[in-house]
Amino acid sequence: MPQHIDLKQPILDKNDRMAGELRQRFADAGVYVLDLLASPGSGKTSTILATIDALRDEFNIAVIEGDIASSVDAEKIKAQGTAAVQINTGGACHLESAMIRRAVDVLDLDRLDLIIIENVGNLVCPTDFDLGENAKAMILSVPEGHDKPLKYPGVFQVSDAIILNKADTMPVFDFDEEAFTSSVSQLNPGAPVFKISATKGDGVDAWASWLAERIREAQRQ
Amino acid sequence: MHELGIMTGVMASAREAAEGAGAERLLGVTLSVGEMTEAIEDALHFAFEALCEGDSYFEGAQLTVNMIAPKSRCLECGNEFQHDRFHLFCPACDSFATELICGRELQIDSIEVDLPDDEEESGACPST
Repeated sequence: MPQHIDLKQPILDKNDRMAGELRQRFADAGVYVLDLLASPGSGKTSTILATIDALRDEFNIAVIEGDIASSVDAEKIKAQGTAAVQINTGGACHLESAMIRRAVDVLDLDRLDLIIIENVGNLVCPTDFDLGENAKAMILSVPEGHDKPLKYPGVFQVSDAIILNKADTMPVFDFDEEAFTSSVSQLNPGAPVFKISATKGDGVDAWASWLAERIREAQRQ
Repeated sequence: MHELGIMTGVMASAREAAEGAGAERLLGVTLSVGEMTEAIEDALHFAFEALCEGDSYFEGAQLTVNMIAPKSRCLECGNEFQHDRFHLFCPACDSFATELICGRELQIDSIEVDLPDDEEESGACPST
């Protein structure tokens, strides 16, 4: 006998519930969490290193590194004297909240102010997954081209801030900055765009100040 | 994105609900998927078929995907409008200050199941 059963159940229910628990845990410990999204090779690790440099005097920072394999990135962060936990997804194209929970269990949350999660290099899949973060930010690097907002609208829409890295290479790559900012402002008018060159340090201060202000605001609550 | 992973989760939830209801077989699953998510309708169907194959509980089940077109509300003039993935500004007043009302859904709406029809109305049968 056929029967219809209403479920009205979110598909990512399990992930979202765990993300909610993590968000509460982060708030209780006064830790601000940033989920950083970008393509492979866009300069995520360099941007994180530059951000840590700018903020380490005021905040205690840890990094969760998501990669399909290797601990290359975590080693780079640790070499700078910052706590880093490597997650190897073993082929999965994005991080999920269960992976973050395992990583967080080895960190001392009470001693931290900021956790930066370096998501797997991918502009598509991480977009739909809540990790319990306070904010998502994304990096686009100049060599990837100014047309990326048109090709990957989702990631530009879910990001609270957009970092344009390798800005010093604009003339070489014929990057149309006006076309880029106009596409971004149509997709996500509220998000600030920070032009930086992570390895040279240019523009990092403005981005770091924005982040610092958000951390202070969250910690005041 | 990772439609196979998503569909694996859908199947697990559907099986749990169907078995909970005492069903012998799952006949169908209906999803709502917003066009602003990264899930692709064709890939969802492909993953569903692949997962149903060889599983007697799901064999022959139908997948229905309701794609939800994005809709936003203008925070300046209150206008509600449909739009594509790229142009979210208000067509009435050109404002960029808008909020999405729908279009990011990823939901299992319902399932169709096959319940055993041998109910002989045991005990408190009102007829006679």
